Amino acid sequence: MIRIILVLAYLLLAPFLGALLDGLDRIISARMQRRRGPSLFQPFYDLGKLFSKELITVNNVQLLLNMSYLVILMIAGAMLFAGADLLMVLFILSTADMFLIMAASSDSSPYANMGASREMLQMMAYEPLTLLVAVGFYLTTGSFHVGDIINAPVSAVVFMPGLLVGFMFTAAIKFRKSPFDLSTSHHAHQEMVKGLTTEMSGMTLAIMNIAEYYEKILLFGIFCLFFVNSTWWSWVAAIVVCGVIFFMETLWDNVSARVKWKTLLYSCWVVTLVAGGVNILILMLDK
Amino acid sequence: MNKVSKSPWLLHYDASSCNGCDIEVLDCLTPKYDIERFGIINTGDPFQADILLITGGINSQTERVVRQLYSQMPEPKVVVAVGICACTGGVFKECYNIKGGIDTVIPVDVYVPGCAARPESIIDGVVRALKVLDAKQAALKDSGR
Repeated sequence: MIRIILVLAYLLLAPFLGALLDGLDRIISARMQRRRGPSLFQPFYDLGKLFSKELITVNNVQLLLNMSYLVILMIAGAMLFAGADLLMVLFILSTADMFLIMAASSDSSPYANMGASREMLQMMAYEPLTLLVAVGFYLTTGSFHVGDIINAPVSAVVFMPGLLVGFMFTAAIKFRKSPFDLSTSHHAHQEMVKGLTTEMSGMTLAIMNIAEYYEKILLFGIFCLFFVNSTWWSWVAAIVVCGVIFFMETLWDNVSARVKWKTLLYSCWVVTLVAGGVNILILMLDK
Repeated sequence: MNKVSKSPWLLHYDASSCNGCDIEVLDCLTPKYDIERFGIINTGDPFQADILLITGGINSQTERVVRQLYSQMPEPKVVVAVGICACTGGVFKECYNIKGGIDTVIPVDVYVPGCAARPESIIDGVVRALKVLDAKQAALKDSGR
């Protein structure tokens, strides 16, 4: 019963929570730059506006592909909150991203195509570590099932701190934060217009934004897995730590410049190998 | 909540400006003026923009670019001409390659004169453009689109 409530809560509340976090992120960023910043509800105004704008369709598949991106992300998130197989969640997450890449490649804009190829590159950068995280959970708790992981007697982070650090590092790619914000751009980064989203407008863009909010909450869900154990207070701790991680990602976004694709790939793989690989090695020898 | 003026995204194009007005436009983004507090984002993408902000007069090279940018923006949209060159052609009006102000090519909704236009007057112009934007949105809704 509690699983059904969690899944429903995710499906209904995740876009609202994601949008609020986005609004908060914009306010925090503005305060870091000594600006006042927009209202907390700005992402809702943006979505409302995007839905009310005239729909310019560049081709007849882009909207469908964006919808697929949203729906598949919702499935991945629902599976995580239902306590299903973590490995499956991560695979479905990558499938969702493939739809976004197809949506961007479907139009003729060179900027969108460049964004799509960079998005693939980003997948190459974060995918190894995401898989290692799943393996780490298996080695720590003996199961890939989220339901088993959260019922472990000790929090997984005790055994896999390296993987947590690595996941925080690569999460900047997923959250589309500088220095790894290569495939699309927000605020003043405009070296290739809007990258992936260049030819998306109105409703198409709004759907993509909603999907990103779902993804954001999904990722925070995975962060929670590191901390949650069978005690009730571990849930509180997990949410507090997620808040800290959220703040750190925003801080990192504001203090770093965007890197080149080679730096992205090498740095992510080095972190994967050092933080993730060593952690896995120790786990394999120890358990 | 659906009001487009709550989240106006801005596209800035330099038609032939001396960069004086362009720098003042970018000034508006700095912490001192901070136009993001109105929800304004300086986007580089006409597909996602609501306000087209143009500096400089139209010359024979930028004419088709301005037409294309304008045609790529989804309705409702407004155009703000920033600086005296964008309004009328300014001191370059009589030049052989200058067609004149922005309104010789596309309809302009708000004129912001000045050489260079001050950040305060640019913000004033944009805020006035927001009212036009809302009126256009209401008109679109009435015509059933």
